[in-house]
Amino acid sequence: MARFAMVIDTKKCVGCMDCVVACKAENKVPEGFNRDWITTEARGKFPTVQMEIRTERCNHCGNPPCVHCCPTGASHVHDLGGVVLVYHDLCIGCKACLASCPYDARFIHPEGYADKCTFCIHRVEKGQDPACVSVCPTHCMYFGDLEDVHSMVSRLLAERKWYAIAPEAGTDPQLFYLV
Amino acid sequence: MNELTTTRHNELIDPIVHVWGWEIPVYLFLGGLVAGMMIIAGYFFIKGRDEGHECVCYQVPLIGLFLLSLGMLALFLDLEHKAYVWRVYTTFKIKSPMSWGSWILLLVYPALLVNFLLNVPAWIGDRLAFLKIWSQKILAIKNIKRHVGKVNLVLGIMLGIYTGILLSSLGARPLWNSAILGVLFLVSGLSTASALVHMIARDRAESEMLARADNLFLTIELFVFALFFIALLSSTEVQIQSAMLLLTGPFAAVFWVFVILMGILIPLFIQNLSVSHRIKHTPVAPIMVIVGGFVLRLVLVQAGQYSHYLNAHFLK
Repeated sequence: MARFAMVIDTKKCVGCMDCVVACKAENKVPEGFNRDWITTEARGKFPTVQMEIRTERCNHCGNPPCVHCCPTGASHVHDLGGVVLVYHDLCIGCKACLASCPYDARFIHPEGYADKCTFCIHRVEKGQDPACVSVCPTHCMYFGDLEDVHSMVSRLLAERKWYAIAPEAGTDPQLFYLV
Repeated sequence: MNELTTTRHNELIDPIVHVWGWEIPVYLFLGGLVAGMMIIAGYFFIKGRDEGHECVCYQVPLIGLFLLSLGMLALFLDLEHKAYVWRVYTTFKIKSPMSWGSWILLLVYPALLVNFLLNVPAWIGDRLAFLKIWSQKILAIKNIKRHVGKVNLVLGIMLGIYTGILLSSLGARPLWNSAILGVLFLVSGLSTASALVHMIARDRAESEMLARADNLFLTIELFVFALFFIALLSSTEVQIQSAMLLLTGPFAAVFWVFVILMGILIPLFIQNLSVSHRIKHTPVAPIMVIVGGFVLRLVLVQAGQYSHYLNAHFLK
């Protein structure tokens, strides 16, 4: 069993939005919507202010509330890597999954179904990286299998300090940010 | 300072989640109201108060069917992928309160129909004669009224509680993270239903009894609210901040004025005077209770969507 995850090095991310553009092009994300985005966080008190830039998307949670609340089974965990996906023709557009996501990672596609990041599963199944990872000019994003202790993502998490966003929401997020 | 800036601006999500507008609060309100009416009718049947044809338990099903259908229409209007609505009935998802609710609603309709057939009003029976024949067949079943009463009671409780659990299961919204929402919505449904049935009851003793029951439900509702806030305020920072949205934040004015003051305290005061015969019964207090019950759903749905685990909206 694979457990796909993404590791993002906040020391390298410059917020160029290449990942955002790549995702929109690869997945034909409709105008006005984003499956991934850039967040800038400023912390501290002047003069000791810190700023962090990071790329965010669905956390493909190990305990996904969007899957649990779905009344039709449209939101589901894919057989490969624990990736959270949506069957478009099962979705009724009730928006419970949108309300249940602590990361606000989902949106309603103009055609009516819930849409979100797929970790580019169509590319991953062919052995390629997700589009966002493949285009990053600073190589700040890493995609891989946490079950494989020799994978780049496993090694980075073993060697570097990292955090996940809002783990207290209890969803077991699978996006890790290196600091 | 801790400031988050994002490049994302998805419709319905940014800057604050607002996936549900008026439709879901209307559905939750009408669902709770019908649930309360079913419980009241069920209680009357079980207690054998249905002698004669004046009992409100015979008026409840037709009004209930109408109000529930109105609520279902609001729910349907909220769906974004309407053509696929039938998909909820191709599966049952045990962890999804929405799935539970869909199947509960499918049971509530026939239960209300059987209840309706126990005493078909003349203005319908004269036009649709087959209903009278069905009615006679159903009435021939032994102890049918007690059975209908029990079914009403159980389904009413399930419908009333599920509308609250639906919200409390959406873990990303700290304000809703309380299973007591199920009890709150059930009690609020009972109080709004008592108020409505009190107004339409033809039997004076029943009407009086429902006004007294309403006072009891409103008092219980106050205690349930207290428990709801104690639970949130004694929890983590995000839960405390979410409670503050209602207590002192942007939703406080609506919450205190329309839900607590005009929806509970003032009608409780007026109804206490009228049940002790110091003033006459008027529709003022029951209407305030009903409006308060609706605003309760509205404010909880809106404030709940505002509440968040990420601190973007709660900068100190």
